[in-house]
Amino acid sequence: MLRLPKFEVKNPATAEEAVAMILEIEGDARFIAGGTDLNPNMKHGLFAPERVIALNGIGELQGIRLDEDGSMRIGAMATLAEVTKHAELNQFYPALCQAAKLVSGPQLRNMGTLGGNVMLDTRCQWYNQTYFWRKSLGYCMKKDGSKCHVVEGGSKCVAAASNDTAPALMTLNAELEFVTTEGRARLPIADLWQADGIWNKKLPHTALLVAIHLPKPAANSHGAYGKLRDRGSVDFPLFGIAARLNFGSDGTIEDAALCAVALQARPWPLKKAASLLIGTHPGKDDFNDAVEKVANLAAKQCRPMPNIPGDHEYRHLMVPVFTRRTLHAAASDEGPVHHV
Amino acid sequence: MAARDQHGAEAPWDQGFRVVGKENRKVDGLSKATGEAIYTDDIQLPGMLHAKMLRSPHPHARVLSVDTSKAEALPGVVGVLVGAELPVRYGVIPWTPDETALAVDKVRFIGDEVAAVAAVDEDTANEALDLIEVEYEVLDAILDPEQALVTPEPPIHEDRKRRDNISKHVELEFGDVAAQVEDADVVIEGDYTFHSTTHAAIEPHCAVAQPNSDGRITLWSSTQITHYVHRALARVLELDPARIRVIQPCLGGGFGGKSDPFSLEFVVAQLALKTGRPVKMLWTREEVFYAHRGRHPMKMHYRTTAKADGTITGVDAKLLIDGGSYSSFGLVTTYYSGQLLTGPYAFPNYRFDSTRVFTNRPPNGPKRGHGSVQPRFAFEIQLDEVAEQLSIDPIEIRRRNFLGEHTETVNGQRVTSNGFMQCLEEVEKASDWRERRGKLPFGRGLGVAGSMYISGTNYPVYPNKMPQAGVQLKIDRSGLVTVFTGGNDIGQGSNSMVAYLVAEELGIKVEHVKVVAADTDLCPVDLGAYSSRVTFMVGNAAIDGARKLRKQIVEAVAKNWEVEPRDVRLMDGTVVDLSAEARSMTHVEAFHLAEEMFDTLGSTGAYNTPTLGGDYRGGTIGSSPAYSFTAHVADVEVDTETGRITVNKVWVAHDCGRALNPMIVRGQMEGSTYMGAAEVSLESHHLNRFGLHAGPSLLDYRIPTSVDTPELEALIVESIDPEGPFGAKEAGEGPLHSTIPAIANAVFDAVGIRLRHLPFTPAKVLAALRAKEEQA
Repeated sequence: MLRLPKFEVKNPATAEEAVAMILEIEGDARFIAGGTDLNPNMKHGLFAPERVIALNGIGELQGIRLDEDGSMRIGAMATLAEVTKHAELNQFYPALCQAAKLVSGPQLRNMGTLGGNVMLDTRCQWYNQTYFWRKSLGYCMKKDGSKCHVVEGGSKCVAAASNDTAPALMTLNAELEFVTTEGRARLPIADLWQADGIWNKKLPHTALLVAIHLPKPAANSHGAYGKLRDRGSVDFPLFGIAARLNFGSDGTIEDAALCAVALQARPWPLKKAASLLIGTHPGKDDFNDAVEKVANLAAKQCRPMPNIPGDHEYRHLMVPVFTRRTLHAAASDEGPVHHV
Repeated sequence: MAARDQHGAEAPWDQGFRVVGKENRKVDGLSKATGEAIYTDDIQLPGMLHAKMLRSPHPHARVLSVDTSKAEALPGVVGVLVGAELPVRYGVIPWTPDETALAVDKVRFIGDEVAAVAAVDEDTANEALDLIEVEYEVLDAILDPEQALVTPEPPIHEDRKRRDNISKHVELEFGDVAAQVEDADVVIEGDYTFHSTTHAAIEPHCAVAQPNSDGRITLWSSTQITHYVHRALARVLELDPARIRVIQPCLGGGFGGKSDPFSLEFVVAQLALKTGRPVKMLWTREEVFYAHRGRHPMKMHYRTTAKADGTITGVDAKLLIDGGSYSSFGLVTTYYSGQLLTGPYAFPNYRFDSTRVFTNRPPNGPKRGHGSVQPRFAFEIQLDEVAEQLSIDPIEIRRRNFLGEHTETVNGQRVTSNGFMQCLEEVEKASDWRERRGKLPFGRGLGVAGSMYISGTNYPVYPNKMPQAGVQLKIDRSGLVTVFTGGNDIGQGSNSMVAYLVAEELGIKVEHVKVVAADTDLCPVDLGAYSSRVTFMVGNAAIDGARKLRKQIVEAVAKNWEVEPRDVRLMDGTVVDLSAEARSMTHVEAFHLAEEMFDTLGSTGAYNTPTLGGDYRGGTIGSSPAYSFTAHVADVEVDTETGRITVNKVWVAHDCGRALNPMIVRGQMEGSTYMGAAEVSLESHHLNRFGLHAGPSLLDYRIPTSVDTPELEALIVESIDPEGPFGAKEAGEGPLHSTIPAIANAVFDAVGIRLRHLPFTPAKVLAALRAKEEQA
């Protein structure tokens, strides 16, 4: 069995205390939510924190509630299983629930949290491997080395954002509430990401995500998530795409959002493509025609790389297929788009 | 074959079977379900050290020096071992000993073992590995079998007679295949690929060694072949085998992946001797992927000739087998790749030309359906193509070529019982084949395939005339019968089979039989769990031993009652008098009478195969006392936009001779079919461009989850074999074979494409669909 490194565990009662604990030591320290990502990563020697700060004793990180202004507040420690089963979330934010339900398998959704999925480390077939494995190849730039095995001679890490819920939250214009040493701040999720596979977030890992806020949904909002993977469970996405469609009172599309994942370091919003849907009528030819255009444009904008396992050329072929299917699923309140 | 080896297929008492054929619980079922069962890694001994292995980061290199001084100086390190300390070569096949416990001169794949450390705990041992300095001279690596064929230099193994990278070459011809081509109405010729897959048993390999103060050593190991490990340990450790005890604790799955002696077994034993303390090594999942011994990748070319009525006239095969870095069972694999194709269909002319090469890849070995799953895949697709060209129903063409029972194959293998026709009938009926095949909407289809497999092999890996299986029975005054067997229960249920057979023969309840297995100090030799041999051979030995005791018990009771022995019947632990007088006693009382009459009660039983096989070099390899037969029908759906194949359902009919426990037989049939279906499009033991396993974990090696598993329906066919234990044959490996071609043939029915190169990834399916569209 692979061994965990030795570390001390802290159990803060408040978010502020947690942030103080992560900053007070010189060596590396990490927050642990469900542990479904951090534990295997530590066993692979990707992280060797001296201190691990458990977040399960912090009250404000728990629970899912409807706020007075009609927005939803999801505590960062709400498990993926809770999100999946939540009635209002299913009603108003179907893409999020569908994405959450397709993360890994049932046991890991019981442990894994929405906050953890948002903050998930990027993934790469040359990185998510054991110490021996990585050492055999002289490591890579994301950890312990300087080379890139995905793009030979490449100077920027292209490990892939692999969090299913991120694109769904992007289409829903979620806001993320963080506690840092500076205090408490809310950040639109679109502003979180940067194009660096080594650390794809603009905030450092010492910033604590406490809650995900979803703005009050439009009256007639629809959504879906599509996920390509080899198996019907467990696997990370080989490609993922979330869609939101707001229907006007006459049934035309008033607003649309699309976002893909498992491509490069950031979740990949497809704004221009989504805009082609506005003014079309789901169920009618103009919508179907627009969907084809969107699918073709998505294929141009999404260029899977050989960063995660599998055939990247095949993943590229699936971009228009999953884009089209996910849009149709969103328009007809079906979904998720997934092979089982 | 001695008289002891045949017992008849009928129930031993005239009331019919009381145990056999019933769905009895496995003898170890409850202990496994409750966690009480002891696996190798559960063993903790006082003062025990933990050992770790240093592995090669290069696919091919000379080891110039190994400096362990810094590791030895690390506090907590108790012992360090390098290859020079265990230089004796070994190999499971005695003719090809090309492995050493740790690298002596060269490393031959990424992950090859170089040195080992024993320390007070795992973390210290891991830390010490990083302190060992190895100087390598990196050599050119050969990763492709085609390249190995044409590249004699550098030889991966240097001190063989032949200076090339060919591990084994076998060419055999029966009849004249070339002559058939001209007269044939149909000739089907094509190339096929079987990729690399591994066993993925849930329990990783583990071994614990304990040195004893009297100079003896005990090894507990997660092995399928205690006896061969015992022999190999004695050879490599250069110890008297009488001083070595090998025990296989409860085992968490083998599938062929634990049927070689492995480096960790020698290493823990030597470290235990060196340090004087017990030593354990548990491999990580990653290490299990490197140890591998998985299914041999094969590149295959087949040509089948047939007459207009569908009769096959000849089969010509040329196979290139990727052996990986060591010989392992490769000699047998090379023969099996040709020898096991000659049923369930008769064809009068057959040739195979099989070449196994060495490459710098993790060594290949036996995986469930050793050596014969790959050729079966290719041939059953060819047969489907013959049927298609001749417009014959694919099930019908298989019937027309039926080999028959109590006959001989073209390569001289004796075949006894053969229930293949009934297998075809069962799957045809259950799948509603006649109404559905060829009539389903585009995108959905049915496919069929058939196969045969051995029930044990006539060929013990080292030549000897002693029995292939032995048991010893001991009777206690409590009424408990203990059976000692060298057979390895690896989860397939062989200990349960022994218990059922002894209970049946003695007329007692299963709970009064205890099986002690796979302990070389206590149990008579059995050759181990491979080639689907245990139920057949140990089963026959168990009946043999029990029958001797039964005779004594009956005689003692008959004398006591003053009746004829034929009037004494044992049934479910009660002895009854069949003569006029109605009286009975318990089996315990009967045992006491027998002990009074014959002194302490005990017996031995043994089994050896009859002399079998063709009269030519290699003719005994692939010969078996009985063959099992299988037919599969698969129902698939193909998403023509994504290329994904969904297997909705597989019907599997299997002729297991007699189902000693139908529940366990169905379990084996479902497990085999699941494993075959997994190899179609999900599982791939893939190396990256550096020769390093691309994803040695259960996340990246995609074994199917429950939602990826097709619905399975197991249909048992009982042909009642004249030589099997009460008529039984194997059920653990045969039902894998035809799963894969049945799915391939179903894809053809669904969307009209012939897939010939595994794995059938969605990308390949899409490419084939595009190619078909372009043709049209």
